[in-house]
Amino acid sequence: MKLPEAEQLCEQLARELKPIIGPRSAMIGIHTGGAWLAERLHALLGLSEPLGLMDIAFYRDDYHEQGLHHDPKRTRIPFDVSGRQLLLVDDVLYTGRTVRAAMNELFDYGRPESISLVVLADRGGRQLPICAQHCGARIEVPPGMRLRLTRGADGKLALALEAARAA
Amino acid sequence: MQRNPQLNASGELQHLLSIEGLPREILLQILDTAESFVGVTEREVKKVPLLRGKSVFNLFFEPSTRTRTTFEIAAKRLSADVINLNIAVSSATKGESLLDTVANLSAMQADIFVVRHASSGAPFLIARQVKPHEHVVNAGDGRHAHPTQGLLDLFTIRHYKKSFTGLTVAIVGDILHSRVARSLIHGLTTLGVPEVRVIGPQTLLPAGVEALGVRVFHDMREGLRGADVIVMLRLQNERMRGALLPSAQEFFKHYGLTEDKLSAAHPDAIVMHPGPMNRGVEIDSTVADGPHSVILPQVTFGIAVRMAVMSIVAGN
Repeated sequence: MKLPEAEQLCEQLARELKPIIGPRSAMIGIHTGGAWLAERLHALLGLSEPLGLMDIAFYRDDYHEQGLHHDPKRTRIPFDVSGRQLLLVDDVLYTGRTVRAAMNELFDYGRPESISLVVLADRGGRQLPICAQHCGARIEVPPGMRLRLTRGADGKLALALEAARAA
Repeated sequence: MQRNPQLNASGELQHLLSIEGLPREILLQILDTAESFVGVTEREVKKVPLLRGKSVFNLFFEPSTRTRTTFEIAAKRLSADVINLNIAVSSATKGESLLDTVANLSAMQADIFVVRHASSGAPFLIARQVKPHEHVVNAGDGRHAHPTQGLLDLFTIRHYKKSFTGLTVAIVGDILHSRVARSLIHGLTTLGVPEVRVIGPQTLLPAGVEALGVRVFHDMREGLRGADVIVMLRLQNERMRGALLPSAQEFFKHYGLTEDKLSAAHPDAIVMHPGPMNRGVEIDSTVADGPHSVILPQVTFGIAVRMAVMSIVAGN
């Protein structure tokens, strides 16, 4: 199955976001794929506020079944989120559980004016009432497969399909 | 071969009883997770929901302020309910056995037992008895181990020195009575610190301490030469049996850390102390409060390290 070019989707998203960027806009990427995409979008849009990065390991809803994920990254949000129009960036939107966890964590930093969700790809399969305001592509993923963003040694982003790990 | 009592069948950390016997990967997992928790402790809402609905029982059969408090703060920042029990003034004095006490608390639906006990091995005994969903964290047992203190020392060293390879670490003072020293030595050697030194008078060094992989010094200046990290230990008056030392003044003269002795170490050396400090006995105030001292950051990091330990064991 042919997957869309992540680099093109990235530029397309940046063009789509450009008109809505205002003085209170700030961007936060979710580790790991969302952080890569956010780094790219942040540069393309020339945002003045530094980029925030978050790891939602401490807010996951499967902790009691799965335990703590190994090697969580440190969440770093180098600005006050209160009153901000936040662009929350992730690579692939699927069940919506990561986004729920990320929003819970964000509210422990303050009360943003708004949060918009930006994703490179939406693969459907939502288990929570969450949708993306800005989405690069909708992609049908065969059962038992996982769609994820990869970053090559040259920094180039690409979408990849792989067998889902037995969770 | 008997399974490591700290690990579950998948080799994950089930209880934290001692650093000895823990694989390097688990030590690093704890330190890396603690690094993420440092971020949590620096923000406005210093709480994460991981242990919501869980109960942490602080079982202190021996007095402690700092360790008990930091465990309590750590558990609360993980959203657990914390119950503090000072057993020294509780059922134990009425004759209840250790395991009966634990069985009763287990019937009250405990999830984590944080145990401090004057007898070496008490937390191991409890870990053998608890149910599969219950976890035991050793907060210091006799002279044996104090793994979370060892881990926070390791965390502090990595924070300031960035890596463990190429370091010289000197541990000074009452090694004989120190569970902190034992835990730290195991951690340092497991993580590949090439030179660990212990410095103290013969009477305060355990027999055969070299077998732990350390170099022994009786002269402090010689032992401190070129050290990157200096860990001062508290002179444990309450554990002292018999006359091991002429006097505290005499000890300070030979083994108290002064600016003059510190000058033998590496110019960027850090000075650590597990607390509580005896100023003027093992450490001079000018050093304890000086630019090399990282004694207070140790306390802060201790919270993040204990959050990491409790959230890892409770999830396994």
